[in-house]
Amino acid sequence: MYEMFAKKRVAVIGAGMTLFRRNLKETGKELAYEATKMALDSSGLTLDDIDCVTLGTAPDAFDGIHMKGENLLDGAGGWRKPYSRVFVGGGTGVFTAESGWWHVASGLFDTCLVVAEEKMSSCFPHPQYAFTTIFDPMMDRPLGINLVWIFALEMHRYMHVHGIKKEKIALVSVKNKGNALDHPCAQLPEKITVEDVLNSEVMVWPVQRLDISPTSDGAAALVLASEEVAKKITDDPVWIDGVGWCIDSTYWTNRDLYYPKYVECAADMAYKMAGIRNPRKELDVVEAYDPFDYKELHHIEGLRLCRKGEAPKITEEGVTQRDGDLPVNPSGGLLGVGNPIAAAGLMKVCEIFWQLRGEAGKRQVPGDPRTGLAQAWGDLMQYGSVIVMRS
Amino acid sequence: MSAKIKKYPGERIRTKDLVAGKVPVIKWRPQAKYAWTAGPAMSRFLRELQNGRIIARKCHECERIMVPPRMFCEMCFRPTDEWVYVKDTGTINTYSVSYLAADASRLKKPILVAVIDLDGASKGMGILHHLGEVKPEAVKFGMKVKAVWKPPKERTGAITDIAYFKPAEAK
Repeated sequence: MYEMFAKKRVAVIGAGMTLFRRNLKETGKELAYEATKMALDSSGLTLDDIDCVTLGTAPDAFDGIHMKGENLLDGAGGWRKPYSRVFVGGGTGVFTAESGWWHVASGLFDTCLVVAEEKMSSCFPHPQYAFTTIFDPMMDRPLGINLVWIFALEMHRYMHVHGIKKEKIALVSVKNKGNALDHPCAQLPEKITVEDVLNSEVMVWPVQRLDISPTSDGAAALVLASEEVAKKITDDPVWIDGVGWCIDSTYWTNRDLYYPKYVECAADMAYKMAGIRNPRKELDVVEAYDPFDYKELHHIEGLRLCRKGEAPKITEEGVTQRDGDLPVNPSGGLLGVGNPIAAAGLMKVCEIFWQLRGEAGKRQVPGDPRTGLAQAWGDLMQYGSVIVMRS
Repeated sequence: MSAKIKKYPGERIRTKDLVAGKVPVIKWRPQAKYAWTAGPAMSRFLRELQNGRIIARKCHECERIMVPPRMFCEMCFRPTDEWVYVKDTGTINTYSVSYLAADASRLKKPILVAVIDLDGASKGMGILHHLGEVKPEAVKFGMKVKAVWKPPKERTGAITDIAYFKPAEAK
């Protein structure tokens, strides 16, 4: 099917990332450089070999620097190159890789650097105040809206429609923070119990402290190459075989929040391109977007990896554990590794790359995984980006 | 992270060192202010709120009665056709109990917030608002609620002209 959509097959040939932390000393530009340099070095290419650069980063308001793409470009290897920034809220990280894909798949370029950076600590006392500026000024802002409100409303709706208890959802946080113990860059690796989650501070019921990912600084990067270039320089290319993205209406109070239909649409687009008919059977490892524990459940339903409302069940059965039948977030996810928004999404694509290469070390899922998926989600609970990769 | 990588870039700063001024930082505060025009649909909606009424727009193609109102239908992608008053009563679609203010600071007394599907609008046409005169544990999905309006003199043509929604059966 792929040939119907693209002129060239595109490989990931290198990946890199920085530590994810609440506060990092490096500037955004320096973080972008560190991740980019690691990705380049691991691919065996130098900046001279790179034809173009695509960068992802979330709202300018975090950094207080408008034209953030331009601010970061020198660190992202964009000097005197075709360079652009993409931004689709929380979906940015995976979408940046998709944007890199079409730069090469179109036949326009042979190599592309994909870079994502976020430095949320610059906005103080809390980046939440910058988040407030995403809301409708007439309907939502006068009510004192906070970003966590809308996710609590979505989580509660999901729990209500399917009759899901909080302790089932907490299992995701336990799993992901536990997986992050094996990730050397993780911000919140922790061995916790369901009781810890249920006893943690209530932020916006039903969201408690341990249901939610932290604010973070960090960067991640990939090197993409066309098939001709990739085959010359590596024996282990990881192919991007499917991409998909979709957005729902911004009138978020007019949608039933219990199911992310837009994620399903994005996944179906990617599955079609990759020739995947039964994602549950054909995928070996999944990085689903988990800024909150319930979001992992929501997303594996949207990705059609189980029936609606069944994600808590397969989680409880251990299916999504790193050694389970369908490992989900073996990296530790946003809950464990951290959530520098755009960089967190791209970290998921990096993780699938390392998993499919067999380079994930202690995080490696067993059974020689060959097909993986990374997904991100964002804007006003309305955006899905999905990428399917094969080794 | 690849198992081949042994050195992980980035240097963590402790928040207490930041607060204590032990790390060089440059500070700046934006001084931007905004005044948004509300547009044809929302200008009428906000004026009607000042009158103590909620108004919607209807699309004759998909038959949806939409709140907040819009001059075009995003699904049919054509102009909407008609102004329709909807009721100031509705049903709780989902709700939450917030201990966080807009800047993420902690609230002692939680705010109850809900998406309320308004009576007279199409199914699932909700708005965000506060709940009042009800304890958190008494709120239920599907509960009927009614708007509590501010006194006419205090209304400014804003969504906050409705003070909050309260249970419909409450006194």
